[in-house]
Amino acid sequence: MNEQLYDVAVIGGGPAGLAAALKARENGAEKVIILERDKEEGGILNQCIHNGFGLHYFKEELTGPEYAGRFVAQLEGSGIELWLDTMVLDLNADTHEIHAVSGKYGYCLIKAKAIVLAMGCRERTRGAIGIPGTRPAGVFTAGTAQRYVNMEGYMVGKKVLILGSGDIGLIMARRMTLEGAKVLACVEVMPYSGGLNRNIVQCLHDYNIPLYLSHTIIDIQGKDRVEKAIVAKVDENRKPIPGTEMEFDCDTILLSVGLIPENELTRGAGITIDRRTNGAVVFENMETQAEGIFACGNVVHVHDLVDYVTAESSRAGAAAAEYACGKRRGGRIIEVSNGDGVTYTVPQRIRVEAVEKFAELFFRVRNVYSGDLRIVVKDGDKTVASYKREHLAPGEMEHITLPKVILDKVQGDITVSVEEAK
Amino acid sequence: MKELICIVCPKGCHLKVDEENGYAVTGNTCLKGAEYGKNELLNPMRVVTSTVRAEGGAYPRCSVKTAGSIPKGKIFEVMNALDSVTLKAPVKTGDIVIKDVCGTGVDVVATRNL
Repeated sequence: MNEQLYDVAVIGGGPAGLAAALKARENGAEKVIILERDKEEGGILNQCIHNGFGLHYFKEELTGPEYAGRFVAQLEGSGIELWLDTMVLDLNADTHEIHAVSGKYGYCLIKAKAIVLAMGCRERTRGAIGIPGTRPAGVFTAGTAQRYVNMEGYMVGKKVLILGSGDIGLIMARRMTLEGAKVLACVEVMPYSGGLNRNIVQCLHDYNIPLYLSHTIIDIQGKDRVEKAIVAKVDENRKPIPGTEMEFDCDTILLSVGLIPENELTRGAGITIDRRTNGAVVFENMETQAEGIFACGNVVHVHDLVDYVTAESSRAGAAAAEYACGKRRGGRIIEVSNGDGVTYTVPQRIRVEAVEKFAELFFRVRNVYSGDLRIVVKDGDKTVASYKREHLAPGEMEHITLPKVILDKVQGDITVSVEEAK
Repeated sequence: MKELICIVCPKGCHLKVDEENGYAVTGNTCLKGAEYGKNELLNPMRVVTSTVRAEGGAYPRCSVKTAGSIPKGKIFEVMNALDSVTLKAPVKTGDIVIKDVCGTGVDVVATRNL
C-alpha cells in the first residue's frame, strides 16, 4: 500500500476543490493534493455548457467549461498534485488519514495535516420524492440528462415534461428545446419557482414553455417507456386537488427537485452535520467541528452561483493552509441560530477572536417576501445589526457581513431573522 | 410601459421600459440593464450555447458558444448550422468553430479543451 504525507489534501476536484487547493498553495501549503473520482477535473461545470458563470468573480460572462478552465490553467505549474480516477473510500477525522483507490496508484493511504472536503452534491431522485406510477424508462434527473446530452452525445427524449423549477430543470428545458425536443411544460409544486428569474425568462418564456406553479405529477404511466404523466394542482398543504388533473403525452420526465450535499465521508468520519443544510456545521473559516478538517462549496450548503462557491472555497483553502502551517484558532464561540423566516445560516458558529475585520454570513429565507424588509441580527433581545432588503426568496441565497466591532460586543449568541415592516 | 425581468446577471432586476419615451428604462441597477431593456423591445439578442460533434477526444461532443449575442430570431438557424460541424481533437478553448455564423457577424467558438 502506498503511503503519502501532505500539508493539505482536497477531496473533490470541482469548482470548490480547485479554488481551495489553489488558495492553500498560494498561502504557503507546500504539498497539496486534489483527489478527484472523475476522469477530468472541473466537476459539474463541464456539463454546464450554458453561460452566466463568473459575472461576480471574473466580471465577465463565461460558460461552465470556460469557468473551470480558468482554474485548471492555474493548476499547471502550481505544484499541486491532481489525482484523477481516484475514489476516496474512508476518512478518519482523528488521524487525518484518507483511504482511496486509484486506477493508477491502487489502494492508497493519504495523510494530511489539513483536509478540505469539497465533494459537492447529488440530485434528488424519483425515489426520494416518491412519485406514484409505473417504473418505465425515460425518467431522469435533469443533471443526468444534461450529462448525456452535453458530454456523452445522447439525446434523452422527444416529448419532455419537467418536474421542479430549479435552475438545472429550467436550463434543461431550453437545452432540450434547442436540440429538437418538445418541452411540454415545467411543473412546480411550490407557489414560486426555485430557480433564478433570469432563467425563467431566457429558458421558459423565450421558448413559450408553460410553467405550472402549485402543480405536481401524481401519476407516471407507461410499460417500457414513459407514455403519459398526470399532473394536478395542489392545495396549500401540497395535497393534489381532485378534478384538476391534466394529461401530458410525453416520453421523458426530467426531475429538478433539489440537491443534497454528498456527505457519506463526512458522516462516516463522525463529523457533526447540520440537519437543515445536510452539510457539516462550520466555523467562520469553514473549519468543521473536527479540528483541521474544512469543508466548502455545495457539500456544505447548496449554492445558486459558482462564483460564491469559489469565494467560500478560497476562504477554506486559506484556512487549511493556516492550519497546516501550525496556526490554531480558539477563544469564545458565538452560536448563530435561525430566527423567523430563516431556514439556515453558514457558518453556524463564529470564533470571535479569529475574525479579522468581519465575518460573512450566508443564509436562506423560508418564504418569498417583498416590500420594506429587514434582516435583523439580535444578541438576546438586543438588535446589534440590521440590513435593508426589498426582495427575498428561498431560491436566492442571502448574504450579510458582520463587522468585528459588532461581534466583539455580543454577550451571548446571535439570532438572524427576517422582519417585515407593518 | 412594458415590464421585463433583466437577464444580464443573476440578480434579475424588474425593469420598466417606456416605449413612448425613447425606451427609457427604470428599475435597473446598472447600465447594462438599461441597454438590455431597450434592446429587448427593439431587437432582442441572445448568446447561444450548444455542442458540436467531436472526434478523437475524451468525449464525442465539444461545447461551443456564439462569441457574442445574435438576434433571438436566428437561434434555430444557428442550431442547424452547428449540426453540420465535426471537430477533430485537439480543440482549444476559443478556437473558431464557425466564422460569421448565419451572417450574424458573430463567430461560434469552442468553450473547452478536448
